Order: sequence, then C-alpha cells, then structure tokens
Amino acid sequence: MINEIIFMKGYGLYVWAAFSFTLISFATLYTLIKINLVKEQNKFSTKFGLLDKEKFKVAQIQSTHREILANRISSKI
Amino acid sequence: MFKLFEPNKIFSINSRITKYILFLFIIVLSIGLVEALFLSPEDYIQSHSVRIMYVHVPSAWIALGIFSLIALLSVISFIFKNKNFSIIAKSLAPSGFVFNIIALITGSIWGKPTWGTWWVWDARITSMLILLFFYAMYILAWRIFNEREKVAKITSIIAILGVINVPIIKFSVDWWSTLHQNSSINILSESTIHPSMLLPLLMMTAAFLLFSLLIFLMKYNTELIKIKNKGLDRL
Repeated sequence: MINEIIFMKGYGLYVWAAFSFTLISFATLYTLIKINLVKEQNKFSTKFGLLDKEKFKVAQIQSTHREILANRISSKI
Repeated sequence: MFKLFEPNKIFSINSRITKYILFLFIIVLSIGLVEALFLSPEDYIQSHSVRIMYVHVPSAWIALGIFSLIALLSVISFIFKNKNFSIIAKSLAPSGFVFNIIALITGSIWGKPTWGTWWVWDARITSMLILLFFYAMYILAWRIFNEREKVAKITSIIAILGVINVPIIKFSVDWWSTLHQNSSINILSESTIHPSMLLPLLMMTAAFLLFSLLIFLMKYNTELIKIKNKGLDRL
C-alpha cells in the first residue's frame, strides 16, 4: 500500500516532483511577500516614531496609519 | 463606482481578512491534495502520471486569468487615469508569474513520462513561455522605472501587448498540430473528464485561487504602506 503511494507504478518520481515543486514555490512566494510586508510595516512605524509632536498629531488622524501600526504589533505577536 | 476601490477601504478590509483566507487556503489545499494524490483514480492510458494534471492545469488557468485581469485593469487605469487600478494590477503580477512558472515546470515533468521528452517547441508550450516573458517584463518595468506616470504607461502597454498572446495560448491546440491534447473541460459544451477526476481538479483550482488572492492582498497592503511611507516623508 505505502509502496504503491510512493512509487505509483514507476510514475512516483514525476508526480512527487511536480507536487513538491508547486508547494515549495508557494512557500517561497508567501515568505518573500510576508518579509516585504513586515519590512515596510517596520519602516513605517520607525518613521512614525521619529515624527515631531505636530506632525505626529496630523499623521495619527488617518485611520490607515493607525491600522498599519496596529497590524505591525499583531504581526510581531 | 471607483469609490468602491478606494485604497484606504481596501486596506482596512485586507488587514482583517488575510488570516482567514490563509486558514481557508490550508484547509482547501489539504482536501485537494488528498483527493488528487490518493483518492482520485489513475488514468487507463497515462496511469498515475495523470495526477500531475491537478497542479499543472489550475496553474495554467490562473496564470492566464491573472494576466487577462492585469490587462483589463491596465486599460481601465489608462483610460480613467486611476492610479489605484495600476497598483491592483501590480499586486496581481507576482502570483501570476509564479503560477506561470509552475505550469511550465510541471508540464515539463509531465511531458517526460507521457511524450518521452522534457520540452518541445510546440505552440502551446512556446506561447506559455512567451507569457512568462511578458510577466517578467511587466514586473521588471515596475522595478526599473521610478516615475509614477511613466511606469503606469509602460506597464499598461506591456500588459495590453501581452494579452494578445492569451487567445493564442487558448486556441493553439486547435489552430496548430501540437503534442497537447484538446481541452477536456468546456463551459459551453459537455466536458469529457470523469467527475471522479473533475472534483479534485476543481478543489485544487479553488485552493490555488485562494492562494493567489492571499498573495494579492499581502502585496497590495505592502504597496499601500510604501505609499504611506512616502507620505510621512512629505509631512
């Protein structure tokens, strides 16, 4: 039974190679996109922290700004 | 109508639904993999090698679909001068590019036991390779050019030129004599694929669609945060 699943009458190498390549591509793409997203979120929060009081107040009004900062915290958790 | 696509609204929704889409993707993919690898029957001619179809075909469909969508969004962005549509199109490109690579590589792996060769320059495979070049040009253009107006124009032209290739890919098996078989699934006429094979194919297609949606949402959020970063500099 296990042998049949692994070797698939001689086609196992091709089938497993195709599925493995697909899943590895998914994992790689997801990781790259996630790293980029976290990098941009970190850059944003650093810049946000460096703003002086008045600019901070202006920037804080925007809901998207607050959302980015909130997401950054949750992504760290 | 364009107000529905307001970046701030999309960002707010994206941030909340991404994790649910990831969760749903893992469930659908797990069911699809079990169906495709263990439960679906082997083919009477191709035996177990037919299982490669469950990753090859959905990848090709999605690569074609995403490029068509990119072209459509580019046309809209070009006509209505709406920058958000070009950001949406840009965010769709990475998953389309990866699905195109998966379609070519898995097709090549499938070709060896079925046709006895890894690669042939037949119409379907060559036109899919040309699509990959268009994807690469589209992504590279966004990286090379910095000026917003210019890059939107150049990428739109690439997408519009590239979409001419999409019907060529679709009908290549009918127009030319190729090693590829004709399509087994037809929307307008009766499909020739057995339901026991159709079900895992549809499950895998659903999983791949969820994955491309997940990547799109994450990429779109990244692009939006990049814009907000620039905005903070200008404050």
